Amino acid sequence: MEKILQVNDLHISFDIHAGEVQAVRGVTFDLYKGETLAIVGESGSGKSVTSKALMRLLPTPPSRIKQGEILFEGKDLTKLSEKDMQSIRGAKISMIFQDPMTSLNPTMTIGKQIMEAILKHQKLSKEEARKRAIELLQLVGIKNAELRMKQYPHQFSGGMRQRVVIAIALACNPKILIADEPTTALDVTIQAQILELMKDIQKKLGMSIIFITHDLGVVANMADRVAVMYAGKIVEIGTVDEIFYNPKHPYTWGLLASMPSLDHKDTELYSIPGSPPDLLNPPKGDAFAPRNPYALKIDYELEPPMFQVSDTHYAATWLLHEMAPKVEPPAIVRERMKRFADIVARKGGKPRG
Amino acid sequence: MAKQKLLEVKNLKQYFPAGRGEVVKAVDGVTFDIYKGETFGLVGESGCGKSTTGRTIIRLYEATDGEVLFNGVNVHGKKSKKELKELNRKMQMIFQDPYASLNPRMTVADIIAEGIDIHGLAKTKEERMQRVYELLETVGLNREHASRYPHEFSGGQRQRIGIARALAVEPEFIIADEPISALDVSIQAQVVNLLKRLQREKGLTYLFIAHDLSMVKYISDRIGVMYFGKMVELADAEELYRNPIHPYTKALLSAIPLPDPETERTRKRIVYDPAQHGYKDGEELEFREITPGHFVLCSEEEYKRYRAMYA
Repeated sequence: MEKILQVNDLHISFDIHAGEVQAVRGVTFDLYKGETLAIVGESGSGKSVTSKALMRLLPTPPSRIKQGEILFEGKDLTKLSEKDMQSIRGAKISMIFQDPMTSLNPTMTIGKQIMEAILKHQKLSKEEARKRAIELLQLVGIKNAELRMKQYPHQFSGGMRQRVVIAIALACNPKILIADEPTTALDVTIQAQILELMKDIQKKLGMSIIFITHDLGVVANMADRVAVMYAGKIVEIGTVDEIFYNPKHPYTWGLLASMPSLDHKDTELYSIPGSPPDLLNPPKGDAFAPRNPYALKIDYELEPPMFQVSDTHYAATWLLHEMAPKVEPPAIVRERMKRFADIVARKGGKPRG
Repeated sequence: MAKQKLLEVKNLKQYFPAGRGEVVKAVDGVTFDIYKGETFGLVGESGCGKSTTGRTIIRLYEATDGEVLFNGVNVHGKKSKKELKELNRKMQMIFQDPYASLNPRMTVADIIAEGIDIHGLAKTKEERMQRVYELLETVGLNREHASRYPHEFSGGQRQRIGIARALAVEPEFIIADEPISALDVSIQAQVVNLLKRLQREKGLTYLFIAHDLSMVKYISDRIGVMYFGKMVELADAEELYRNPIHPYTKALLSAIPLPDPETERTRKRIVYDPAQHGYKDGEELEFREITPGHFVLCSEEEYKRYRAMYA
């Protein structure tokens, strides 16, 4: 498959009064054409900072890309001038945000806001842009598009506003759509509609999606591949089946086990003890070690490298080292693992999302 | 053992004026009971009136109509200061946003002890601090935290402070309004386990309001589903998930994303359209019992159909 974006060893820090917050500490991943890559993690894990860096939306100062590269169409986005970046941002890489209430301008009609994005990047007349805007509204499932063009954001419900935001993001047929928690502020029934819509549009337009969320249910629904972030690093990456049915990192185990499944009730929920580390002073060794019931002595000394599990599956935990002791993951995770062999067999060979 | 009713909500209505003489019927005739020691889950989409129901029960709003009986005593209506105080001690609330619900200018000790002071539950300063330390330990914080301010804590820790504050006056009944939705997944499990442990140890009764249906199912004994100010279905948690009857409940359940890619690939979403009932004008909708303990808002005709299908 064709790689559309490559992120190599990205480090991003914020210089604040108290010192340097190392928000992203060496992130590497590829994005393939037409796929959906979900990035999951808790608040503060660096998932939003990573995605904003792809769009160069982080204010400098206080933020600073310390090292690493973001390769897109043969260019390193970390080195582009603001002017060059403007021809990519919104045109080739587009983004939708969590809160549809604040990402639209309350004083402009919806039509004007969509046309703004079109006129900025494409050589179209106003009339052509208007036609295109109507098409876009129809594409995202808004009825009476002509009338809706003249309305203001407050005349739309939350779900409808998020559709408008998606329409704006799609205005220039982007190659990559970054969706940062696009459905977190919405109700489940509306969320289901928006997710369906995004999948539909992806099929039609063939773009790649980076989907940032902390909701593993949404990930299971949307993703082809999943990257799990913790304390500014990707700790595990693989196809959606590998992450959900054959997870290797204890943090991924913890995340999966702490969700109540619909048929477990009387057992106590598995919970990851403690809270995430302070990235002002990242701990020595594996940042997850203090919360990890499976931590080995070496975890406190040395950071684990990425171990390869399959062609598509990597995890950064010393448990995968040949000298590591064998451990039993939590019961809920063991049950999931039992299903992995079946799923692989059914799909014939390598599981692909 | 017969279950004892702790809270009875009868035909509760809460209307808000919306200007130009119009009213918003946020809660429109809701009836249910909560038994001692159970967790009653209330679910629905934003704007369905679930939070308003919780807030009206504890009298943060004056009810437009209907009754709320707590241990047989009416919560609403004219009350002396003393009576009100007594009720307020027995009913406490945990709020959704752990950032907005703690006064940033008070220390944790003062936040937790506010109720103790108001109700005169500690005779000396030492006793008061002793209570605060105990409460902090109960919710998994430690005594050094007492002199700090809310901004020094993470979201999960703040929610623990909110829980300690609610527990300080030794309530019987706690209304938890989306207590975990602002927290990260790994922290949610910690708080839910804490709430469950406290319930076991102190015999608490909960009204748990949430939109995360899988968590509601996990924590609740019975669940009520609200839609546009009305309760459309009420049943045991297991029963509701296994045999949802009202089409809205079915739609809601089909929309929960499950952390299971295999099932997600094949799932069918159900869409609810209120017009699908085809109610005629003047048709009486009532909350009727289809199978024991399983109530659905339906017309006479639907009732017969549901009975035939499920009973």
